[in-house]
Amino acid sequence: MKKDILKHKLVPDHTILSKTEANKVLKQLNIHQEQLPKIKSDDPVVKEIGAKPDDILKITRKSHTAGKFVTYRLVLD
Amino acid sequence: MKGILKKISQINFGLLSPEDIRKMSVTKIVTPDTYDEDGYPIEAGLMDPRLGVIDPGLRCRSCGSKGGDCQGHFGHINLARPVIHVGFADTIHKILRSTCAKCGRVLLTESEIIDYKEKLESKLQNQESITTIIKEIYTVARRDKCPHCDEEKEEIKIDKPISIVEGNYKLTSSEVRERLERIQEQDYLFVGVNPEVAKPEWMILTVLPVPPVTVRPSITLETGERSEDDLTHKLVDILRINQRLKENMEAGAPQLIVEDLWELLQYHVTTYFDNEASGVPPARHRSGRPLKTLAQRLKGKEGRFRSNLSGKRVNFSARTVISPDPNISINEVGVPKMIATEVTVPVYVTKWNIEQMKEHIQTGPKEHPGANYVIRPDQRKIRVYDETKEAIIEKLEPGYIVERHLKDGDIVLFNRQPSLHRMSMMAHEVKVLPHKTFRLNLCVCPPYNADFDGDEMNMHVFQTEESRAEAKSLMRVQEHILSPRFGGPIIGGIHDHISGAYLLTRLGSVFKEEEVLQMLKKSNIPFPKRQKGDSWTGKEIFSLLLPESLNMVYKAEICRKCDECLRQECKNDAYVVIENGQLKTGAIDERAYGAFSGKILDSIVKDYGTDKAREFLDSATKLAISCIMKRGFTTSTADEEIPREAKDRIEELLSKAESRVEQLIDAFHNDELESLPGRSLRETLEMKIMQVLGEARDKSGEIAESYFGMDNHAVIMALTGARGSMLNLTQIAACVGQQSVRGGRIERGYSNRTLPHFREGELGAKASGFVHSSYKRGLDPLEFFFHAMGGREGLVDTAIRTAQSGYMQRRLVNALQDLSVQPDGTVMDNRGIVIQTKYGEDGVDPAKSDYGKVADIDRLIDEMRIKSKAGK
Repeated sequence: MKKDILKHKLVPDHTILSKTEANKVLKQLNIHQEQLPKIKSDDPVVKEIGAKPDDILKITRKSHTAGKFVTYRLVLD
Repeated sequence: MKGILKKISQINFGLLSPEDIRKMSVTKIVTPDTYDEDGYPIEAGLMDPRLGVIDPGLRCRSCGSKGGDCQGHFGHINLARPVIHVGFADTIHKILRSTCAKCGRVLLTESEIIDYKEKLESKLQNQESITTIIKEIYTVARRDKCPHCDEEKEEIKIDKPISIVEGNYKLTSSEVRERLERIQEQDYLFVGVNPEVAKPEWMILTVLPVPPVTVRPSITLETGERSEDDLTHKLVDILRINQRLKENMEAGAPQLIVEDLWELLQYHVTTYFDNEASGVPPARHRSGRPLKTLAQRLKGKEGRFRSNLSGKRVNFSARTVISPDPNISINEVGVPKMIATEVTVPVYVTKWNIEQMKEHIQTGPKEHPGANYVIRPDQRKIRVYDETKEAIIEKLEPGYIVERHLKDGDIVLFNRQPSLHRMSMMAHEVKVLPHKTFRLNLCVCPPYNADFDGDEMNMHVFQTEESRAEAKSLMRVQEHILSPRFGGPIIGGIHDHISGAYLLTRLGSVFKEEEVLQMLKKSNIPFPKRQKGDSWTGKEIFSLLLPESLNMVYKAEICRKCDECLRQECKNDAYVVIENGQLKTGAIDERAYGAFSGKILDSIVKDYGTDKAREFLDSATKLAISCIMKRGFTTSTADEEIPREAKDRIEELLSKAESRVEQLIDAFHNDELESLPGRSLRETLEMKIMQVLGEARDKSGEIAESYFGMDNHAVIMALTGARGSMLNLTQIAACVGQQSVRGGRIERGYSNRTLPHFREGELGAKASGFVHSSYKRGLDPLEFFFHAMGGREGLVDTAIRTAQSGYMQRRLVNALQDLSVQPDGTVMDNRGIVIQTKYGEDGVDPAKSDYGKVADIDRLIDEMRIKSKAGK
């Protein structure tokens, strides 16, 4: 029986950014995409949502300090 | 050689070949002597002038530069027989073990060779470490037979430091060298040798480099005697034995004698490199002191790395014992006159300050606001003497630098180790004082974690205007009242500041105008214009310190946490209300301006700035001290005295609890006890007993407490948070309670009993460390013993905890030291990798936050309510 890991309460919300969205984020942070935190392409969530290497994921998670926090990760080989 | 700046891009480690050693050598050293009778260095001796010069004035025979500029040149000694280098003995052994003695190939099969070659090359390509693979090869290549020439392989062992033994035969260094030479270059990589920079046989020394004299300078004693460096002594030994060995060999001496001398040469070369190698007796000086040779210069806490490169001694610093001074500001530090006349501040002479500087020089180096040195525009440093000061003043003009004494108002860095957080180093203003200790305000004890039982602290004097300006705006004590750890004040009132403020502001505390005047004068508070008449309440006096627009409500430390809060009508006066800077209700205690929890102090820093906060703290503490001195404050065991009837009640309570424990034990023995879920019967019993005894102690404490009133000074201290706790007091007055080791009742000692005074298997309260007496009544011998057991565990725990948390902090700091918050709020490391897109995910600086939160809405609403009420 396979569980849908995306529905687990400890798995935050991952979404793949489109090219234009990704560029906007990078421009806003004023960085190269290599400077972002990474996530491996064999990460269960990455496999589940079908992200490819070089995609940028937007992760929305709960935060102790800010309530809700948005961060980005670069999918790595 | 001066003035060349180069950046190191890469460091390559390798071995020096005999040719390399000869090439870099300027001379061969033969004579085991240093100087002749006339005191001139002997040619080809260990102090050969070609090895470099130290005395200024002389010129180097090799490079022609003057002493001090010449960095020295190596020489060499040709060893009569090869000798193993101690540092490589282990590697030599491993290499010999994994290679064939006959054909010199690695003991790997052809397929293994191809396999490992591929692995090693991919690692090297990626610039990764190959040590794990080399280690694996060393174990795989321990074969009995050579896969290449079928030669039987005998077991090769290493005998402690440097002897290599094959079977029962001890290999000579020459034999070892021959075997290493036999290894082919294609196999170097498999035994861990980089063919580009080393050959295995170079690990056996045939030539010994002699370091330049600059590395081993000799000292001339006052008597004119020369004393040589330890390294020179060792080199003399090596040369002597080398010479004798050579002569004996040439004379065709018997093999035995040659071997003995060879062994001796090996010993001297070994100790020359490392005089603490295990298995080798250390070479000693004539006085019996072991020599400090090459390895000892680098190794350990006193070695080059830890004491000269990672940490250095600095100039313009001072260290002495600290003592308290309640009369100086928190921003200040009292500096002894003796120190102030020694450490200096460089001042550029301009046309505006030249007269003042002349005055400093005129005062001279011995009197206080004087000067020690003058630096001329050509960078020449001239010491100021009483005899020369007139002449120096003559010449003084803009462009000179005067190193004048430290004086009042200078900014210095003050530090106490261990420097665990940024508040361990703060900038203070100097106040030159008599006597020999650093003086500091008591409010800064918490951030430094200082007390006055002999603590010492360090002071550093800034030497540039930039550093001074930076320190003044970033590092001053007043900028650190709020801790970034929890967003509240870490600097604040302690001990008597708290008790004093409570005595001043508690209900019914009234002062005559004369007393008020005295206290206000002492605390530098301007006397209010509006006359109050003859009688002042303490709250009115304290209100003089508060900013006029301050509005706040909070519960004081003395709050008893009643079920229903009576608010303004609180009978303990624990509900503090401040309306427009007037303390309406509530007493001032630790929650008001104590270190770690002071609410009023916190509000003043956040709303009125650090300058106001410093003024408030300086005046409030002085006011509290003058009040406590007016009222008198003392404590003794009489404060923990309770009436006979209370003692009887406690006695009755405890004996009831003890009989309840007996009942539980009986129930346990008769199998009548029901076990709690997830616990064994025994555990259940233990828990229930602990619970009963714990309750008994708490109850006995409550009885004692009910006899304590606020007229009791020990109780005032405990409840206001000044010092001590109610638990401390009840332990003194009523009952000490259960002692514990490893979180449970005491069980250790003899088999099945704690002491021979009890029966085996006894489980009663007394037998497991319940201390029924109070500290005041005194413990009986058995109780005392159990108490010592529990006390010892506490001490051991703190010792272990500090060591562990220290190391944990070190690792954490090393991991985080390169992270920084960018102007846009992202956190990056030194490579520009983003760690967080917003600092702390909410972008809040905890030091500027409201106890870690952006804002405390409830508090803000309360304040508004007070404000609007006060407005009407």
